[in-house]
Amino acid sequence: MTPIPNSFLFLIRQGLAGLFLTSISTLLLAVTPAPAQENPYFVAYDHNLEEPGSLEVETFSDLGTQRKGHNFVSYWTEFEYGATAWWTTEFYVDAQSTFHDSTVFTGFRWENRFRPLKNEHWINPVLYIEYEHINGADKILKEVEGHDVESDYAPPNSLLLQEHTQELELKLILSSNYKGWNFTENTLAVKDLSNQPWEFGYAIAAARPLALKGASHKCNFCAQHFIAGVELYGGLGDRYSFGLNNTSHYLAPALAWNLPSGWTFRVEPSFGLNDQSHQFLLRYGVSYEISGFGRMVSQLFTGSK
Amino acid sequence: MRQKNFLCGCAVLLAVAISCVQLAGQSAVQESKVDVRYEELSKVPEKYRVKQNPLIHDPEAAKAGGILFEEHCEECHGAGAIGGRKAPNLRAAEVQAATDGTIFWILSNGIVRKKMPVWSKLPEPERWQLVSYIKSLGVRDAQTKPDANH
Repeated sequence: MTPIPNSFLFLIRQGLAGLFLTSISTLLLAVTPAPAQENPYFVAYDHNLEEPGSLEVETFSDLGTQRKGHNFVSYWTEFEYGATAWWTTEFYVDAQSTFHDSTVFTGFRWENRFRPLKNEHWINPVLYIEYEHINGADKILKEVEGHDVESDYAPPNSLLLQEHTQELELKLILSSNYKGWNFTENTLAVKDLSNQPWEFGYAIAAARPLALKGASHKCNFCAQHFIAGVELYGGLGDRYSFGLNNTSHYLAPALAWNLPSGWTFRVEPSFGLNDQSHQFLLRYGVSYEISGFGRMVSQLFTGSK
Repeated sequence: MRQKNFLCGCAVLLAVAISCVQLAGQSAVQESKVDVRYEELSKVPEKYRVKQNPLIHDPEAAKAGGILFEEHCEECHGAGAIGGRKAPNLRAAEVQAATDGTIFWILSNGIVRKKMPVWSKLPEPERWQLVSYIKSLGVRDAQTKPDANH
């Protein structure tokens, strides 16, 4: 059999990539964007749920330093849908590349957030439940729990991939909006479904837009579109050894830029606060909110306008 | 014969009574149909109903509110706020007659069970700008076409 020339394969790859990008662009042009007002948090959650019928597609990366191992970049893509005004559901796909090692798919997550109280209060609770099916190579560090420490991430991917985990993650989110500020506190409890003890963690955060009033003209760079904040998060041990001993903790200033066109850009450098933490993590990501996505899908299947 | 007349009379009275009950029921249903879209306005606590708009003398507030409306509200409430697929006309007499504090409270708390999201994520001044914009529009029937400039 005659081998296919490399130049021909290159052309096919370029063509497929072009087709993919064109399809994505067409899709994005066809939908109605919804300007978001997202806080810059990567780890903490506030009580603001997705608007009903809106879909937010988000892709994030996490560049991490690793002592006694290779640095890594992890990636995750989220599809966040506002099922109702009191229920948001979200699906994640995770992957990572470890330098001088390999790029691997590391699992998926399905998360749900419920707002039990119908009105806004001084403190607003949100109940969070997530199912995770991930392997040991997952490095997105979307939450820090139990005795998660830097050395857990040092082994090569070939070893880490042998470990498979199914976890149930519960959070109580308590969040307040006051004079333009958002303050939120998340308490985390995680149960590995393979008979491991409950593990705990926390995240607290605050954020505020750089301007509280909207501008009287359309603009992308107005201060109102930038939200600055800070997160503090870490593990709290497990059921048998609760506390700060042998846990990791991070402090992370964060910035979000919410564009009126529906795009949001976020960046967050995280600094490890003790020897068990990664020294530095740089998180960054982009998201796009599609308003009326539920209605579009409904029209697709029912044909109704 | 007298018994027959009595029975006929009872039947007529019963028919009239049933018709009256049905008519009363229908008008009650019609009344509730008219009011149901705006009934949340009457549920706003008095404390918030009387709240003054701090931007009432800000000439730019309605203009800025218009931009915010376009960004966050138009998808559901329609262009010019005359109502859309998912949400009612905000230029209805009920809304335009409501106090600024009432509209601000509805924005801040949403009507979560009826799919109106909570907009407390917008800072208070932006919510007041939205109130200024909505109140600046005036009454307009949902059947008429939206203004070209909104």
